Amino acid sequence: MRELELYFGPQHLGMVGNFSITLNVEGDRIVKATANPGFLHRGFEKLMEQRTWIQNFPLVCRINVVEPDHMELMYAMAVEKLAGIEVPERARFIRSIYLELARIGSHLFGLWAYANMLGFDTVANWAMYHRDLVLDLFEELTGGRVYHIYIWPGGVRRDFPEGFKDRIINTLHTIGSCVPDYDNTFFNNRVFYKRAKNIGKITCEEAKRMGAVGQVLRATGMKQDIRKTEPYAAYDQVDWEIPVRTDGDAYSRIWVVRDEMIESVHMIFKLLDKMPEGEVYNKIPNPFKWKIPDKDAYVRCESSRGELGLYLVSNGGDKPYRAHFRTPSYNHGLTILEKALENESIADVGNIMISLYITAPEIDR
Amino acid sequence: MTGNSILSPFNAVKYLFVKPKTIRYPFEPKEPAQRYRGFHVNDWEKCTGCGNCADICPNQAIQMIKMPELESKSGQKNERPRLDYGRCCFCGLCVDICPPGSLKLTRDYFHIHFDPKTFVFIPKDQKTEPGKYMSAEDYSVLKASLSHRKKDYEGFVSDLKFALFEPDRVTMPMIDPDVRKLSFIEQVVGYNPEEAKKEASRCLECRLCEEACPAHLKISDYIQAIYEDKPEESLKKIYEDNPIPSICGRVCMAYCEQACSLSIRGEALSVRWLKRYAADTIKDFITALELKPGTSTGKKIAVIGAGPGGLSVAYFLRLKGHEVNVYDALPGGGGTMRTGPPVYRLPLESIDKDVNYIRSLGVEFIFNTRIGKDVFFEDLLKEYDAVFLGTGNTKSRSTKVKNYEKCELAFDFLSDNKIGKQRKVGKEIIVIGGGNVALDVAREALRLQNIQYPGENIAVKTVSLEDWHEMPATKEEIEEAKEEKIQFNPAWGPKEVVLDNDGNVKGLLCKKVKSVFDKEGRFAPTFYEENEMFLEGDMIIEAVGQAPDFSFIPENLFEKLEFTERKKVKVDEKGMTSIRKVFAGGDIVNVNLDAVTAIADAKVASVGIDAFLSGK
Repeated sequence: MRELELYFGPQHLGMVGNFSITLNVEGDRIVKATANPGFLHRGFEKLMEQRTWIQNFPLVCRINVVEPDHMELMYAMAVEKLAGIEVPERARFIRSIYLELARIGSHLFGLWAYANMLGFDTVANWAMYHRDLVLDLFEELTGGRVYHIYIWPGGVRRDFPEGFKDRIINTLHTIGSCVPDYDNTFFNNRVFYKRAKNIGKITCEEAKRMGAVGQVLRATGMKQDIRKTEPYAAYDQVDWEIPVRTDGDAYSRIWVVRDEMIESVHMIFKLLDKMPEGEVYNKIPNPFKWKIPDKDAYVRCESSRGELGLYLVSNGGDKPYRAHFRTPSYNHGLTILEKALENESIADVGNIMISLYITAPEIDR
Repeated sequence: MTGNSILSPFNAVKYLFVKPKTIRYPFEPKEPAQRYRGFHVNDWEKCTGCGNCADICPNQAIQMIKMPELESKSGQKNERPRLDYGRCCFCGLCVDICPPGSLKLTRDYFHIHFDPKTFVFIPKDQKTEPGKYMSAEDYSVLKASLSHRKKDYEGFVSDLKFALFEPDRVTMPMIDPDVRKLSFIEQVVGYNPEEAKKEASRCLECRLCEEACPAHLKISDYIQAIYEDKPEESLKKIYEDNPIPSICGRVCMAYCEQACSLSIRGEALSVRWLKRYAADTIKDFITALELKPGTSTGKKIAVIGAGPGGLSVAYFLRLKGHEVNVYDALPGGGGTMRTGPPVYRLPLESIDKDVNYIRSLGVEFIFNTRIGKDVFFEDLLKEYDAVFLGTGNTKSRSTKVKNYEKCELAFDFLSDNKIGKQRKVGKEIIVIGGGNVALDVAREALRLQNIQYPGENIAVKTVSLEDWHEMPATKEEIEEAKEEKIQFNPAWGPKEVVLDNDGNVKGLLCKKVKSVFDKEGRFAPTFYEENEMFLEGDMIIEAVGQAPDFSFIPENLFEKLEFTERKKVKVDEKGMTSIRKVFAGGDIVNVNLDAVTAIADAKVASVGIDAFLSGK
């Protein structure tokens, strides 16, 4: 059969964003896939070198549209490490709660994309609605719905408003009460099972070799989570489990995501129970005179798509000398996607791509 | 896989009978959250135009625009921020850095317009622009824009706990009031390097202080040098405008601190103590400053009075290469600074440090020489190319109430104690006056009492026409006096000094004050004559103001000397009086009556004298 070259994206309904794949196909089978990033390069890392330490704080969240919060955390943690700033206990709890809410919001958004891609519009709409409820919480806490600009070096930007704890619990109960509906309509749906099972399969060995992280790695049976191995914020203060699946296919990946959301809800309840009173912010130095000693720092966290890292270098000035983000979608979108698409059908390209949870803004920064 | 039923998805059918969750916006309202980060408002009354918002804005969305309708005054620039919503990312850093807390974000977020210029706007608030802010009934989301906004709709506002500046100053270590009142030990200990650096780090570099300072010192720069741990650099910056940092670092009126944008919701930056830190840390000014007098011009200038004005004029002119001789009746430099501020505030060593540095530049000081007695004014006029008058206020005023001649005068009292023989004081002292001099007198008297009558019952009382809120003394000084248990009697005026049968002072009869100032704000006290109070005391000191002494100027010349309405020597923009060759500055010229204004006058006069001598 004749081999064809097929361009998938960036102008394609099934695409995850400004990203494209060149497919070499034989009939319906994909022989070779080549990822083409670069459509969304905004030069954030270079831009960060032009801005003072505090001016970078509203900037970093914009690197990833879907989940800005972990980017804020990374920047705050790196600066805290460089400048030796302590974070108050209560702020650590607030950070954890806030990041878990962000994880739920981001997973719901991913669920929307996935369900939508497979044609499960009902579930997609539910997910979008429930994500909106989480955004309402963010709006109340931080003043912004998408770009929260909330975690800053030294703690968080404002304390919980009055009665906010109850509203978190209410919202999570509302979302949680719909889990059986989600299960019946989507996760346990036979149609979904047929579409996702054994699709885009990656073995544990391959995943490790190609640098998979997050639920892509956990879906192959590896119990790995930065929140456990290198706890930050208040993740070491409560008990929780790492959800794992063993098959390494799209179906396992989306089940890991589902379990992770439920685990996050439980974790938030536990964190809210244990949350201490007190200050939430240790003042940073005067931003106009703030210089950070000649040092470098690498920090990492578990974002909703896997391990996210930031290498930040200071040369003793009022701006970063160099910043580099290590984003999960980079590996998932370039090397692993190419591997996972091999020998799959053209109809499953979007399916596999979204199950790998690729977000284009993370690949290009 | 268990549970993978082909029928289970039909469970979702029940949602057909559930009311939709989607809101029919804008017909159904959805209120933004309390902290929403929307459009800006700016309270123009509170805004100081400091420009910190423009400095911190990561997107350069904020520009400071000159507002000609606003008046530029101390602590206020006539500039206001202008927002460009093509750039703004609504991060709210401008709100968190705003020292007065005037800039806020609201919950408005709609603006639709064909003209992109409308997206650049100068935020005001509903008080200043009521027409643009609608009440809930008049507001319609369909018309919402930057000119149709909701009233009382503040969102993200400033919170001092989360502000990006430090509102509290580093506490200056002070000697405990119970200890310091027993002796003349200098009450302020001074910052150590860490404290100074920490305090210097609070400066937001808005430079409101520099405009407020009469001598326009480069405050931001010298504070920055202290922050960078370079006291030499700092001192060099100070010496560009002020040659007496050890004196000013202790007793300056610190107009800068009143203007400091941090003082609005917190404590002002300790500019004065930081200047003192720079001056005290450097032991040897000569090697640190590396200043050289200018190439000799061959011109000679006489300066009468070695006070702050005279010292400064001598310093500035010497740097320009002129030969300067400074005459003073006292045995050392400093003028009023030498005789006035008590040792616990300004020790003589600090004065001498500044004077000696100016002497090291080649300025000649002729002390113990009174003009009009040892040397004659008309001789100076003949001998020198120019003369600067910096004689200041040297005479104390009196209340002239009945038996006033039994009272002591503030200047004589202070001067004797500082450079002459210590006075014998009473056990119960009354000080008349509410200014800084009165408090100096009161606190000095208290120390003398403690030295002369250890362990006995003693008291110092002050009587002032002004009530607490209008008292001319600085808050700091009042606070320190209160700590030392000085008694205050505000809003009482002296009526009569009461004597006992032997003609000794028995006390002061006071009358209640109705008002101190008239409608135009001029000093014109009125009293409730019948409302009286008697204060017991065996010694009364009057500290109710000072006056200049021009007796050294011969009559024929004095007639030519012109005065302003406020009885000050009239000088032109070059600092020259109505007598040719004679320039003036300091307390005889300005109404502020303090060191730093004298320096400002001296700067003007030195430029004027230089221009005059070089024939420009």
